[in-house]
Amino acid sequence: MEGVSSSPSPPPMSLLAELTHRCPLQCPYCSNPLALEPKTGELSTEDWFRVLDEAAALGVLQVHFSGGEPMARKDLPDLVRRAVRNGLYTNLITSGVLMDAASLERLSAAGLDHVQLSFQDVDEDGAALIGGMKGAQAKKIEAARLVVADGMPLTLNFVVHRLNVERIPRMFDLAEALGARRVEIAHTQYYGWGLKNRAALLPTRAQLEQSERDVAVARERFGTRMAIDFVTPDYYADEPKPCMGGWGQRFVNITPVGRVLPCHAAETISGVVFPSVREAALGTIWNDSEIFRMFRGTDWMPEPCRSCDRKEIDWGGCRCQALALTGRAEAADPVCRRTAGRAVVDAALRESDKTFAYRSYGCERLSSADTSDGST
Amino acid sequence: MMADVTEARVPAFARGTRLQRDQVRDQWVIQAPERAFLADPVAAEVLQRVDGETSLGVMIDGLATAFEAPREVIARDVLAMVGDLADRQVLVWKA
Repeated sequence: MEGVSSSPSPPPMSLLAELTHRCPLQCPYCSNPLALEPKTGELSTEDWFRVLDEAAALGVLQVHFSGGEPMARKDLPDLVRRAVRNGLYTNLITSGVLMDAASLERLSAAGLDHVQLSFQDVDEDGAALIGGMKGAQAKKIEAARLVVADGMPLTLNFVVHRLNVERIPRMFDLAEALGARRVEIAHTQYYGWGLKNRAALLPTRAQLEQSERDVAVARERFGTRMAIDFVTPDYYADEPKPCMGGWGQRFVNITPVGRVLPCHAAETISGVVFPSVREAALGTIWNDSEIFRMFRGTDWMPEPCRSCDRKEIDWGGCRCQALALTGRAEAADPVCRRTAGRAVVDAALRESDKTFAYRSYGCERLSSADTSDGST
Repeated sequence: MMADVTEARVPAFARGTRLQRDQVRDQWVIQAPERAFLADPVAAEVLQRVDGETSLGVMIDGLATAFEAPREVIARDVLAMVGDLADRQVLVWKA
């Protein structure tokens, strides 16, 4: 790549540790790549210990243990303990379906700070349609009960899309009933699996607007009792999101096999080597590797970003979305109304408004598309 | 809520939140679920005295002595800050 940035890099704040791609659920918008890693390639406990030590020394403040389902790793309590020993704030991002009283007790004893528990819907049928696992909803509700009984703060995460977005008010009811301290209502992001299933998942504009009203009502209702994060679908925005707070500026992601990425979708970019913690120190990778330097700062930007007054607000938007929708990772994010690429986003929105025809098609796609590699 | 904040009360960090020294950036941060807030030097001085046993009145006495500042000014600032952090679920009341 030409024109890699020479901007100095602040240390990362946050590490997303994707411990495994194994997961009992099969959600068709999963943020994992389409090519899932088998268990045999996963980093060892000792590898992760070294990564956690290096991350803390580099300046990471919070580590998010994720997956796949991170509780599929038997050494998770040991990893939490190691992170805690390093002063890292530990967050478990889990589906909850593998949690029981004994496993939560081991994590609590290890010093786990917080649990983010995913829900696919408010009731069993909706949850099973997305997650593809019978009985998952009851396990999740039991997991929430265990976390709250332990006294650990709990966030409920709901990914919303065309098939469940109208149940946002009931999602808040469920969160309140379970004693969650935070709720995330996150519209699906369209990369990888989400992009593959976009025609079935993208909400209509009317649904989006209703979801914004529903969240506003909940903010009014709960005040400071419940923290609410709302992630909108950027296809309906006029300007792109500041993806990851800027490429290689705050956030680092490590895959189950140890590849170090600026975001969880970055492996879609071709023609660049993805450095591994098996071969280099995390700090060296963060500061000096091509993948972290190629879109860091503003030097890499083409027009219209280069002369844009928002270039240090949205940092050019999302590189992986630019790649997925325009074929070029270095292009402006096509969500931006100031780019010629916007036409491709508008075309997708026109498809989403064909709600009447697409709903049944959508359900068909969901039930057939989610099983291929999702669970192995 | 603010009206309840009196010097007799005893704040503590809520489970899952804490004050922490960020050695790499040479600053204090409040670690909380899914986010870390920068604690400015004044907030850091106050929050270092939050131990779940010390009342606000005792904390204010200590700060007034340490900074040789008028007690009523310190008291007003501390009660407002602690009340705000309790509203945001960073702090809870032990008493």
